[in-house]
Amino acid sequence: MQFKTASSPHIAQQSSVQSVMYKVLLAMIPGTIAMVMFFGWGVLVNIILASVVALSCEALMLLLRKRPLKPYLLDGSALLTAALLALALPQLAPWWLTLIGTAFAIIVAKHLYGGLGFNPFNPAMVGYVVVIISFPREMTQWVPPLLDDYTLLTFNETLRVIFWDELPLTYGWDAITMATPLDTVKTQLGLELSINEIENHKEYGSMFGSIGGFGWEWVNGLFLATGLYLCVKGIIDWRIPAGIIAAILVLSNLFALYDYASFTPPTFHLFSGGIMLGAFFIATDPVTAATTTKGRWLYGAGIGIFIYIIRTWGSYPDGIAFAVLLMNMAAPLLDYYTMPRAFGHRWNEFPHHHLGDKDEE
Amino acid sequence: MSLNSRHLWHFHGGLKLPSNKAISTSKPITKALLPKRLVIPVRQHIGEAGKLQVEVGDYVLKGQVLTRASSYVSAPIHAPSSGKVVEIDELPAPHPSALNTLSVVIETDGEDKWIDLTPLNHPNTKSPTELRQLIRQAGIVGLGGATFPTAVKVNVGPQAEIETLIINGAECEPSISCDDMLMRSYAREVVSGCGLIQYIVSAKHCLIAVEDNKPEAIAALHAIITEKALHTIEVVAIPTIYPTGGEKQLIKVLTHKEVPSDGFPSDIGVLVQNVGTAVAVHKAIRLGEPLISRIVTITGEGVLQPQNMEALIGTSMSELIEQSGGYHKDAAKLIMGGPMMGFTLQTDHLPITKGCNCLLVENTAEQTAEAMPCIRCGACATACPAQLLPQQLYWHASSKNFDQVQDYHLFDCIECGCCNYVCPSQIPLVQYYRFAKTEIWNMERDRIKSDHARIRHDFRQERLDREKKERDEKLRKKKELLAKKKLADAAAKESDGKTTEIDPKKAAIEAAMQRVKEKKAAQQTEKTDATSATESSDEQNTQK
Repeated sequence: MQFKTASSPHIAQQSSVQSVMYKVLLAMIPGTIAMVMFFGWGVLVNIILASVVALSCEALMLLLRKRPLKPYLLDGSALLTAALLALALPQLAPWWLTLIGTAFAIIVAKHLYGGLGFNPFNPAMVGYVVVIISFPREMTQWVPPLLDDYTLLTFNETLRVIFWDELPLTYGWDAITMATPLDTVKTQLGLELSINEIENHKEYGSMFGSIGGFGWEWVNGLFLATGLYLCVKGIIDWRIPAGIIAAILVLSNLFALYDYASFTPPTFHLFSGGIMLGAFFIATDPVTAATTTKGRWLYGAGIGIFIYIIRTWGSYPDGIAFAVLLMNMAAPLLDYYTMPRAFGHRWNEFPHHHLGDKDEE
Repeated sequence: MSLNSRHLWHFHGGLKLPSNKAISTSKPITKALLPKRLVIPVRQHIGEAGKLQVEVGDYVLKGQVLTRASSYVSAPIHAPSSGKVVEIDELPAPHPSALNTLSVVIETDGEDKWIDLTPLNHPNTKSPTELRQLIRQAGIVGLGGATFPTAVKVNVGPQAEIETLIINGAECEPSISCDDMLMRSYAREVVSGCGLIQYIVSAKHCLIAVEDNKPEAIAALHAIITEKALHTIEVVAIPTIYPTGGEKQLIKVLTHKEVPSDGFPSDIGVLVQNVGTAVAVHKAIRLGEPLISRIVTITGEGVLQPQNMEALIGTSMSELIEQSGGYHKDAAKLIMGGPMMGFTLQTDHLPITKGCNCLLVENTAEQTAEAMPCIRCGACATACPAQLLPQQLYWHASSKNFDQVQDYHLFDCIECGCCNYVCPSQIPLVQYYRFAKTEIWNMERDRIKSDHARIRHDFRQERLDREKKERDEKLRKKKELLAKKKLADAAAKESDGKTTEIDPKKAAIEAAMQRVKEKKAAQQTEKTDATSATESSDEQNTQK
């Protein structure tokens, strides 16, 4: 009898890129629902818009690059990029802002570098940085969370704002948007108010919840919970978020101890803005992160440090995107210098002799 | 019971795999029918093939020598049954290369008549060297699948001191159960073999390592050890984690020591032998029987009655599968070895060899979905028992960066397949590593070849230079002699006639001019010599 031949191993685990991506996407649902509840329909509109743009751009680029459409369109990576970017954008960002950010992420940051698996920079964060640098005014169109003085727009009103730039008759822009808690703290600290004064301010005080920004603390809490679940299931590597959170905790504690009036407390750092989304869902993108065990710790810690620096002394209220991109750059180097000791080798062995050879020449 | 008292360690990574062993362990070991025709490849081991001792037409007895070991790392083969040698030719053999190899074909006479065996009832009266010789003559090779000549392996040398002898009964690959069944059915022989090897290498103690998913085997071995009150032999139940049966991984689990990347287990005082090998050693020394049969697992969903069979070396695989109920109608893939490290065979008309532990028949031959790009998730690095970075290896192997791939310790890869198994992108990683290894070996071979050629060229150049010098020297001496003679002649002439005064200056000038002339002439001849020499060497080259 004749048989077909194949290379070993002849069995494989039932896992796929697709299942990894969809599990991550599913884990984002609770946090996203909380965002919709606190910040209105804009969140959902952004996600849908970004997804449509991302899949279209993905298909276009696959066609141009003569790659098979089906496996890559279904792998979930474009959807994940779209969702992450959409969650990072202001809820009432005009449609073209989402379009530009998403298209840049997929076309330039992903496909021009070779598509899935080959992009050195996190596509969603590249898209975010492009729009925040190019359109700073539009990027402030954040909706205040479900507060007494403010009313959330209805679904129809949201669509009109996003697509036709038409505000409901009775409202002005100021009535439906406001600065984020992180932004407020930054501005007010600049005006020499103390943290305590800001938190009890008659105008801004209401945007602070019990531990973080009002509403934001719920969003972050849910992303933290589902992120931890992904870590336990081994779908994302726990060292990266652990490194980020540890770095922020250490730095914010140190500075708050040094001067609690002018440095925001650790809990506020962790439960405001996009920290948990960033730590568990953005920074853990394996393609652009470090891959060694030690490298991932350092990669996470580096992101945490940069986030703290940018938030505290930088000119942007939040710094996740910049921090992630900066550490993306360092990832290959981290991988190289944190190579694990191979079995049967001594600790200090290091793959340097080829570099050394060249030096000698 | 001292079974679980021993402290065990872990190796990095590894996998918990579905074992699929139960389907082939429900029946006792079946003895395969005596085949009409036995095909025995001359080379079934690592090392050189032995020298043929028989010719076509010879009648051979069971156990008679067919080849003798030709060098230190070599092993003989023996006639598995009595009969006539009908053919000695290049024939197909089970090997990943699928190339033909020199084989002896015996037509059995059905009598299965043994040679005169010389059992050894008191092995301790012999020296370890003598016992090693018996192992060598019996053609024993590592039966776990590595097929390295056992006599060489147990010759650890005078410097190495073996603290621990490990008998490997882990059998970590799914589906394979021949060692399990061997330990259950031949526990006494296993323990006897352990004692013999322990004596040969003078190991302080011996650990028989068995994965904890084989309780029957552990119990059987333990019973014998207790019965015989052996204090230096111990059965150790180890956790079932693939590839714990890998030599280096097993040593780590039992001793916490790591075999140096460029060393041998004996460097750290350990020697590992397979349980099957231990039984073969027992048979060779105590019974005088050479290695002519082995236990083979016939299993997989593609076989109707999976079982373990004791088969003569050289039996056709197709016969064993037929005796195991034949193929399932969807049988599509025949694997020699296990599902993780075994290799596929194109046909079942191949002989069972010493290293053939399992025939696995699978029904699904279609490869899994098209590989996706690597997303650097690192699942491979988590699973790698050699603590490598498989995805970096893949990256450099696929872009043919052969220097880099060695920096990442490609040659520490044991090709266990763990990385491949867990890869969400379904990249055939092991295939890339094999490719890179082969390429590097080829490059190394080419380099040695070119080095050799360069050295030869240098030698030739040196020889030509030397010859030229010698010729010059000869010529110069000749000329000197000639000049002297001339001078003497002239002197004689002059003394004959009027005594004219000899102007020494003039004579010197004349001599010098003469020398120059001769030198020129000599150079001319040399040149022609040299060209003819190169021409002749060119001719030689083309003839080659």
